Amino acid sequence: MARINLDHIRHAYGAKPKSEADYSLKEVHHEWNDGGAYALLGPSGCGKTTLLNIISGLLQPSEGRILFDGKDVTYLSTQQRNIAQVFQFPVIYDTMTVYDNLAFPLRNRGVAEPDVDRRVRDILEMIDLAGWAKKTARGLTADQKQKISLGRGLVRNDVNAILFDEPLTVIDPHMKWVLRSQLKKLHRQFGFTMVYVTHDQTEALTFADKVVVMYDGQIVQIGTPAELFEKPKHTFVGYFIGSPGMNVLPAAIDGSSIKVGEQTLTLDYKPQIAAGAKTELGIRPEFISLSREGMPVSISKVEDIGRQKIVRAEFAGKPIAIVVPEDGEIPADPRITFDPAAINIYADSWRVGREG
Amino acid sequence: MNKTWNNKAWFMVLPVLLLVAFSAVIPLMTVVNYSVQDTFGNNAFFWNGVGWFSDVLESDRFWEALGRNLLFSGIILAIEIPLGILIALNMPKKGLGVPVCLVLMALPLLIPWNVVGTIWQVFGRVDIGLLGRVLDGLGFDYNYVNDVFDAWATLIVMDVWHWTSLVVLLCYAGLVSIPEAYYQAAKIDGASRWAVFRYIQLPKMKRVLLIAFLLRFMDSFMIYTEPFVVTGGGPGNSTTFLSIDLVKMAIGQFDLGPAAAMSIIYFLIILLFSWIFYTVMTSSDEQA
Repeated sequence: MARINLDHIRHAYGAKPKSEADYSLKEVHHEWNDGGAYALLGPSGCGKTTLLNIISGLLQPSEGRILFDGKDVTYLSTQQRNIAQVFQFPVIYDTMTVYDNLAFPLRNRGVAEPDVDRRVRDILEMIDLAGWAKKTARGLTADQKQKISLGRGLVRNDVNAILFDEPLTVIDPHMKWVLRSQLKKLHRQFGFTMVYVTHDQTEALTFADKVVVMYDGQIVQIGTPAELFEKPKHTFVGYFIGSPGMNVLPAAIDGSSIKVGEQTLTLDYKPQIAAGAKTELGIRPEFISLSREGMPVSISKVEDIGRQKIVRAEFAGKPIAIVVPEDGEIPADPRITFDPAAINIYADSWRVGREG
Repeated sequence: MNKTWNNKAWFMVLPVLLLVAFSAVIPLMTVVNYSVQDTFGNNAFFWNGVGWFSDVLESDRFWEALGRNLLFSGIILAIEIPLGILIALNMPKKGLGVPVCLVLMALPLLIPWNVVGTIWQVFGRVDIGLLGRVLDGLGFDYNYVNDVFDAWATLIVMDVWHWTSLVVLLCYAGLVSIPEAYYQAAKIDGASRWAVFRYIQLPKMKRVLLIAFLLRFMDSFMIYTEPFVVTGGGPGNSTTFLSIDLVKMAIGQFDLGPAAAMSIIYFLIILLFSWIFYTVMTSSDEQA
């Protein structure tokens, strides 16, 4: 178990990166706490697997250092870093039995056989494959194979961190939920530092204490699920987290007054905005109320998703989504109001806070 | 999984069956015809039953040639399979080296058998051949025409040169199909180089190795052209394999009956061995 420091890490797959755009992973400089559960969340190709492989040592960063508990491990191999990693697709040794698959990482490290047996039996119990211990791994289903992969990641109890690279992609939805809860339980029980890569926001938000949102090779925000929801630091986080995502509207800002289309709103603070920046207003659909008062909108579609309704409308010439409770009425002359506390202001896509 | 059974599917196989019938089964039947009859010319045939078969099976000549065949196949398999795996493991996986290596590997396979024989026949000659002269110059008493050991060594080296590439290419195909994640997982599991080979690479190469093994066995067991060109079966009868003996018998001595009987026995031996190898090597699949 370890605290992980990423010290000015950058990575480019090409030999000689010339410009910022050549880096698949733009500068990352962060400290991750010992025993934390982190999720790396972002769309495909945003650099999350690159970052994960840098932490595990499968990849050497082009620049920067990585430290475990203050010790520089940048040039150490995966074995020396003592890391466990679970991959997106199941990796099993198919000529071995299920039991031997799970025992493999321990035996390679010369763990005494009675200890191996105890650990392996614990894990078999946990991944619910105890009855399969003596079977050859080849004939198993994709689900079971991935459970073995997970098990091999969890079988060592002395690891510095366990890394998961979209491990539940091939698992069916119900099993996903079960395994995720088991992972969380394990995390609480043993306090491993866990890093979990995913592009599924539900998975990230339910698994992690801290979610690291990545976009286009950089970390755009690290925060608790609530922070990501209420104060997205970047418009991308607003879009990506939440369903439907945050409404982002072009806005002209002058002091504390904001002009969106024909409408003008007033904030109780003055955002500090550099001259010439592209300014936008962000508001989550949950914080817009639909009634007979406020700013006029034209409704194009109402989607009933059970507990609530999503109203698709046009406001100031831009599409906007509004969440209305199940029994909420939709007036003939619809008007909306924004919850002032939930308005976020963005300059060049980055959030400008009350703080300045 | 539910398989759909439809007997009409057999019609799909019909063209191939016809083709095989004309190219293999019908010619084979003429051999069967000769093997059970005797003739004194003039198209007059006499029934001889299993006479030729028992003649062949009772002759030392047949068993000695069979022994040479088995020894030859055994030696070249013992060299070519491990050597092929070793080369495949060390071939580059990406970059410019890949096409270069693949072309280099494929070259020997493109050379016709009799040309290979001729190349080595000349190469090994003590008077004008590069290999023969060099070995002679280094003080080795090398002469494949007179010396049994030298003749065998030449044939084995020639076969290894000609056919190891096949094993390499097949193994390489098996190796490049292994996803990178397997190697990464092995690193994380702390697997040694040997464990990676034993538990990842070898299992993934198993199927192609089976094919390589069968092809090399059948081919080497039927070897004819190269030893015929290089040694002509000599010195003495030391490199007279079944195929060479068969041709001597059929065309040299014009003993069509015994030759036909021997052909059939030869064919059955290859079939039997291939079946045994295949069964043994695939049996572990069925247990899983």
